[in-house]
Amino acid sequence: MTAAKTILSMDMVSKSYGALKVTDALSLTLGEGEALGVIGPNGAGKSTMFNLIAGGVAPDEGKVFFDGKDITGMPPFERCKAGIGRSYQIPHPFEGMTVFENLLVGARFGGDLSEAQAYDRCVAVLDQTGLLPKANVRAGSLTLLERKRLEMARALSTNPRVLLLDEIAGGLTEQECHSLVETIQQIHASGTSIIWIEHIVHALVAVVSRLIVINFGAKIEEGEPKAVMESAAVREIYMGIEVDDAAA
Amino acid sequence: MDWVNAIVQGIFVGGLYALFATGLSLIFGVMRLVNIAHGDLIILAAFLSLAVVDGLNIHPLVSLVIVVPVMAAFGYALQRGILNFTLGKDILPPLLVTFGLSVIIQNALLETFSADSQRLQAGAIETASIPIGQGLAIGVLPLIIFVTAIVVIGGLQFVFYQTTLGRVFRATSDDAVTARTMGIDKSHVFALAMALALAVVAIAGVLMGIRTNFDPAVGPARLLFAFEAVIMGGLGNLWGTLAGGIILGVAQAIGAQINPGWQILAGHIAFLIVLVIRPNGLFPRIQG
Repeated sequence: MTAAKTILSMDMVSKSYGALKVTDALSLTLGEGEALGVIGPNGAGKSTMFNLIAGGVAPDEGKVFFDGKDITGMPPFERCKAGIGRSYQIPHPFEGMTVFENLLVGARFGGDLSEAQAYDRCVAVLDQTGLLPKANVRAGSLTLLERKRLEMARALSTNPRVLLLDEIAGGLTEQECHSLVETIQQIHASGTSIIWIEHIVHALVAVVSRLIVINFGAKIEEGEPKAVMESAAVREIYMGIEVDDAAA
Repeated sequence: MDWVNAIVQGIFVGGLYALFATGLSLIFGVMRLVNIAHGDLIILAAFLSLAVVDGLNIHPLVSLVIVVPVMAAFGYALQRGILNFTLGKDILPPLLVTFGLSVIIQNALLETFSADSQRLQAGAIETASIPIGQGLAIGVLPLIIFVTAIVVIGGLQFVFYQTTLGRVFRATSDDAVTARTMGIDKSHVFALAMALALAVVAIAGVLMGIRTNFDPAVGPARLLFAFEAVIMGGLGNLWGTLAGGIILGVAQAIGAQINPGWQILAGHIAFLIVLVIRPNGLFPRIQG
């Protein structure tokens, strides 16, 4: 994977809120078609990292590159159009609209598709994410699993080249988590690059080929998942967490 | 028969109030912006029509062809150039800025057109009426205004629930932060909403100018009627706004029937009664 073309990178990015440094000289690269996992304790700055990539937060220092272009000053909606799809840790569906309409907005604008193309795209994504039976249900009435799936489906509707998944498996049952992992594996297999922030490590390592660990806004470990999880630094943060051998 | 007549007239006036209120409701619905200058924008549209009618010697209704796009363009520029910068977590800046805008519009109109009371001359349709028997007659102009209100609200309802533009309005209204990560340019969407609202304001202003006298100082009273119609109907529900406008119109007509001095007061009392019984309005937001 390291030989693949880089699609997304952060170069020495820092962001502070007052005295609190939430992102500290963070650099990372994502290869085209790669799936990268991100772990770290709560409050380590993982979601802020996504905000910096998707454009919701502007960095104090450093640069963000996408597809070879500097996108540091680009507004969020343009980054979405360029091909960065983002899902939120806490699902934010457009509650008053149907599931299908939620996707349609993403496909029409983020994906820049015509009405007819957008319909086809949305049906395909709903099918892929298992939400097709819920297409005409109001998003506000969905269960947690369905909301998590909608979060991912809506990001996919924008036809992203890089998909940012923020704790998409959190709060799900073992069975739900398993089926979600299968869906994400399919999305990855179709060529979409993925960065996935997740606490549920066995789900994460079933998809990603590389793992980075963030603590206090800085990258403290990086590499092959099993090696990273066994590293001293990670053991110190996550006492007692083992990599699931079967999944790895 | 006088009472029936009063109620029928009240219903028709309600259509005009609903037109006043629709733009206000739309702007609040999409961007949570309370536009204090709304009434003055209605008066601005009426004066704009007056200038066009005088300059080109055309019928006030024909002037809509010019007034509607000009007001819509003004709305887009206003939102993009000023109002977008006032929107945020604090609700005070948009109130202050639109209040300032209200003062500016009133004074600019006063400078340009003087404080004289004006009327848009529409010829025969001003007084034409259709007899419906038993001594009752429906004025053609009030009927035109009422039908226009229904067409405008029906049209907006269609835009909101059946078109891409409407979906974007609803998505942005629901969650503007998330909408950005779905590829939606919030500044542009808000400006489009203001353009649409001011297109409706233009229609309301011209029809009002044909129906009644106006001068640069009467905007705030239109704002008050618009507010009352929106809140009685339930925020964010356009058909509810029409119902609110009709209740206001009928209440005023009944008040005037009892005593001409009670017209405005009766409308406010109806508003208070609705507010006490149903604080969220009669038909709170129905989500599609």
